Amino acid sequence: MTHAVATNQTILVVGGGVSGMTAALEAAECGRQVLLVEKTPTLGGRTALLYRYFPKLCHPTCGLEINLRRVKASRNLRVLTQAEVTRITGARGDYSVALKLAPRYVNENCTACGACGAAVEATIDDPYNYNLSKMKAAYLPHAMAFPQRYVLDPSIIGTPDGEKAKAACRYGAIDLGMKVESLEIRVGAVIWATGWRPYDAAKIQPYGYDRYPNVITSLEFERLADPHGPTGGRILRPSDGREAKDIAFIQCAGSRDENHLRHCSRICCMASLKQTQYVREAYGEAGKSTVYYIDIRAIDRFEDFYSKVLADQTVRFVKSKPARIAEDAGTRDPVIHGVDTEGYHRYATRHDLVVLAVGMEPSVNGADVPHEIVADSSGFIESAASGGFFAAGCASNALDVNRSVQSATASALRAIQIVRKADRVEA
Amino acid sequence: MGAPGEFNLAALARYGNDFLAEVEERVEEGEWVKMCMQCGVCAGSCPFGPDWEHSPQKIFMMIRAGKRDEVLASDSMWMCTSCYNCVVRCPRKLPITQIMHGLAAYAHRLGLAPKMQPTRRWSLLFWDNCTKTGRVNELKLTLGLYFMDGIVAGFKQAWTLRNIGLGMLLAKRLNPFELIRGHECKDKAGIHRMLKKAAEIEARKRGFAKP
Repeated sequence: MTHAVATNQTILVVGGGVSGMTAALEAAECGRQVLLVEKTPTLGGRTALLYRYFPKLCHPTCGLEINLRRVKASRNLRVLTQAEVTRITGARGDYSVALKLAPRYVNENCTACGACGAAVEATIDDPYNYNLSKMKAAYLPHAMAFPQRYVLDPSIIGTPDGEKAKAACRYGAIDLGMKVESLEIRVGAVIWATGWRPYDAAKIQPYGYDRYPNVITSLEFERLADPHGPTGGRILRPSDGREAKDIAFIQCAGSRDENHLRHCSRICCMASLKQTQYVREAYGEAGKSTVYYIDIRAIDRFEDFYSKVLADQTVRFVKSKPARIAEDAGTRDPVIHGVDTEGYHRYATRHDLVVLAVGMEPSVNGADVPHEIVADSSGFIESAASGGFFAAGCASNALDVNRSVQSATASALRAIQIVRKADRVEA
Repeated sequence: MGAPGEFNLAALARYGNDFLAEVEERVEEGEWVKMCMQCGVCAGSCPFGPDWEHSPQKIFMMIRAGKRDEVLASDSMWMCTSCYNCVVRCPRKLPITQIMHGLAAYAHRLGLAPKMQPTRRWSLLFWDNCTKTGRVNELKLTLGLYFMDGIVAGFKQAWTLRNIGLGMLLAKRLNPFELIRGHECKDKAGIHRMLKKAAEIEARKRGFAKP
C-alpha cells in the first residue's frame, strides 16, 4: 500500500474526518483518482467521537458506517493512514507532494482479534476519549476504526511489551521492524480537510479548567454520555465519580472573544442544547441543566430544536457570560459567578459539573501548510494563490457536520475541475 | 407612506438616540460604547462590582437607552479604581476603564457629577495641587485629604496617623517646610502653557466651548 500510484490527474485529500471522507468519495465516485491521507491510524476524525448528532439526536456511527462502506467499495480511492504531508511544490494541475508514513507495526494480516491488546501491559492516554481514560499500548482506536487493524504505540517498540504483542499474534500481523517511510507523489489538486481542534480551555483562566476537576469541556462531556466512553455512558464527576445531576453549560467558552477565538464557532449553542437532552435522557425530571449564554445561535431549522429545549422544564437559561468559576473547597462543587443581563442580578450558583462549550480552532492554524495558502484572521483557509488548493469542512470555517459535508462536496467539484483541465492538456 | 428607502423622519426622531451620539462625540473612548454586546463579564469581574449602583455593562445599556440624566449623575464611574480587570476580560476589548473615566470627566465638566462624591473631590484636589507648580506637593495633598471633611475630622485623622508621620519625618521622607513654599518644577510657566494648549485641542476635537 505504500506504493500509491498517482499522476497529475489525482486529487489529494488531506485529512480523513467526515469532510475529507466526503470530498474523497464524491470525487472518486465521479471517476477521479483520489488519494486520501490521514494523520491518525483511523478515518472518522472528530465526528466519530461524538455520542449523538443534533438536531435529530441520531448516532454518528450510522453515517460513518455508510461512508466506510463507500470507501471499501470505491476502486478509485486509496487511503493512507498515519500519513502526513511534509512538503508540496509545483503549480495548479501539477503538484509534487512528499508524504511521511509513520509505522503502525501491524500489517494487513491483522484480524482485529485483540490478542495483542490483551497481552500488552503498558497503557497510554486514550485520545479517542479525550484522555479521560487509559488504553492499552496495542489498541484499536475505536469500534468504528478504519482500517480495522490494531496499532502499536511507538513507546512499546523495543520493550518486552512489544515482544509480548508479537508473541500473542496468531496471524503474523505484527512487524516490529517497521520504519518511517517517505513517499513522493504527483497530484493535480489538493483538498485540505484538516479539520478542527477544540480550543484549549485552560487558556480561559477565570474558568479554571486547569484547576478544577469538575469543569470539563463539551467534547469530554460527549464522551461521558457515550456508552462506549470511559464511564460507560454514565455522567460521573471527575473529582469523586458521583453522578452529576445539576449541570451548567457555559456558551462562548473561548469563542467570540478577542482574547481567544475571534469567531463564533457556530456549533456550540446547538451542541449544548443537545447535551441538555443527554441530561434529561439520563435522569428524567431529576436532572437539571442550566445554560449560560450571550445569545443562542440556533439558525434556520435548528430553531425547532431550541424551542423544544426551551419548553423543557429541566433546562434553565441564564442570559449572561459568567465572569469566573470558583470551587467549593469541601465538596469540589464548581460555583459560577456573574451578573445576568436580564435585570443585572449578581449571582453565585453552585453546580455539580460545569461543561465549557469550547470553540473550534482550525487544526492547520500555525501548522506546516504551504505558504501560498491564504487564511483568515482565525486561521481558516480561504484560498491559495496557485488556485489548485481547496479547503473542505472545518479547515475552511467553523461548521457543523451537515455543513461540513456540503462544503466537502463543493470542494470535490472544484478539485475535479482542476484535474479535468490537467487531463485535457495531457491528451 | 413615502417612497421605498425614504424614512419617516418625525417618527424616527422619537427613537433617535441622541445620548449615544453625544457620548461617541464628546466622551473619551465613547465611540466604543456601541461595541458592547451585553455579555456581563465586566460587571462580574469588577472587584467593586457589588458596591456600585450601575456596572459598566448597565451604564453602556443606559447610554444606548438614552438615559442621559441617570448616567451623568451616577456615582458609579467614580468608583472605578482602574484595576483594568474588565478591560483584560472584555471579549470585545472595550477600553472600559478609560470610558468610565471619560464619562466621569464629562459629567464633571457639565456640572452634573455628584457634588460630594469623594473620588471627584479628591481628583480635584490632586489636579489643583499638581498643576499649580507642575509638581505634586505630597504634604499639602495629604493634609488636604485629611481636612476634606472639615477641621475636626482633619485633626482626628492627623492624630490617628501621627506615628507614621513622625516616622516619615525621621526617615527624611517628609519635609515640613514643603508646607510653606514647596519645590516647583523648573519651567512652571511652560507647564501652564502646555496644559492650556492641551485644553484647547481637547475643546476643538470634542466641540466644547473654549476654556
